[in-house]
Amino acid sequence: MDVLARYEPLVDDYGAFRAACERPLPTVVRVNTIEADVGRATDALDEEGVGWEPRAWHPGLLELGTDSPGNTWPYFLGWLHGQEEVSAIPPVVLDPAPGDRVWDACAAPGSKTTQLAAMMDDRGFLVATDDTLGRLAPLRSNAERLGVTNLAVTHADARNFSLAAFEFDTFDAALVDAPCSGEGTIRKNPAALDGWSESFLAGVAGVQKGILRRAVQATRPGGTVVYSTCTFAPEENEAVLDFVLDAEGCRIVDFEVPLESTPGVTEWQGETFDPSVERARRFWPHHNDTGGFFCAKLEVAG
Amino acid sequence: MTENVGTRFDRLPATPDEREVEGRPTRESVVAWWDDRFGIPPETFDEYTFWERGAGKVWAFRGDAPSPIEVQGLGLFVLRTDGEHWKPTTNAVQRFGATATRNVVVLDEEAAATFVRGGDQAVDWDGDWGYLIVARELAGDVAPLGVGLFIRGELRSQVPKGRRIDR
Repeated sequence: MDVLARYEPLVDDYGAFRAACERPLPTVVRVNTIEADVGRATDALDEEGVGWEPRAWHPGLLELGTDSPGNTWPYFLGWLHGQEEVSAIPPVVLDPAPGDRVWDACAAPGSKTTQLAAMMDDRGFLVATDDTLGRLAPLRSNAERLGVTNLAVTHADARNFSLAAFEFDTFDAALVDAPCSGEGTIRKNPAALDGWSESFLAGVAGVQKGILRRAVQATRPGGTVVYSTCTFAPEENEAVLDFVLDAEGCRIVDFEVPLESTPGVTEWQGETFDPSVERARRFWPHHNDTGGFFCAKLEVAG
Repeated sequence: MTENVGTRFDRLPATPDEREVEGRPTRESVVAWWDDRFGIPPETFDEYTFWERGAGKVWAFRGDAPSPIEVQGLGLFVLRTDGEHWKPTTNAVQRFGATATRNVVVLDEEAAATFVRGGDQAVDWDGDWGYLIVARELAGDVAPLGVGLFIRGELRSQVPKGRRIDR
């Protein structure tokens, strides 16, 4: 089944989209500013002769001239973390401050968790949750390798997450980087679409709605919730936003990320969504030479 | 990984007077140990609480939380106090070791490569035996790589298998 063909009506240049999906991804790392600043990390790469090129929109994201960044000295030291470029978008949109209380509801394997920690200057209170025990080990080992110390890791289904263990009852912000069909990861994993079905979409969309709803509930009035997926399916993106706009007190707000993107879609296969889903952004593989991605920023009602 | 030792974290008492569990290290003793052993200034840990999960495994959390707390992780696993000699973790040394002033052995690149591969080697070190911070020069400063056990003229790499790289 040609899954990606269903998105032809949503894409500006369908041929370029399909061609980009066939190409492997560049090797991109993020500088872990908890352990080293960008200048020192790039000096270390220079010393061992590894080429690097910063991404224009984010100076801490480097495309490397090696396929094995994990074997470099700065990586061993926890100064670098392998992270796909679009995966760095949600923490930038969430934009936490040092001292904030932040919940990463679907955290494993921890790339965005550790980016949030670095943006918080490793201060405040960061809670990373995942519902799969086997995925907590990589989450924890990534957080530890990167020297994150402001983090509590919890094993829970985010849909009914409880804050009872903590001394506070709401977060300042939450990230829902939801489990999804992963269509946008096709460049990293050519088998990503092998198990695809419309019934899978329906099931995972139900989970996404439940998690996003809980994240809005767990965030203080005026706080921020960021919703993201690595998939193209409107069922998992705009339809989930449309649901939560009805179910909880929140609104979708504009955000700026200096990468090419298109607005969220308000119609899909006969369904229409709240017009404000246009404030979400779709990041297509052929626009910025990345994986596919979707991101929305919500503000919890006061 | 240390998956099977439970999920309960208990905050270390500030001083021996506040100790409720026999033999449990105290915050005071942990901070003093980093200073005594490595010269890492006590104020490094001003914003930290220390927690024990299982006997003798100490975690550093930047902030505070109710004690005990049932979570899968709380801050960074920094120190083992269950052996005869306290042993810092690789991750703790990389995170906090840059300000160390003693018991730091700085290796050249070739010896550092042996160390990060997990290899043991003879080194020219006339200081204390026991657990040392192993470092190398990188990008303009000394960079702490991890922990070595120096004993009888040999530096034994303590880099965990999952952290080793093939240089």
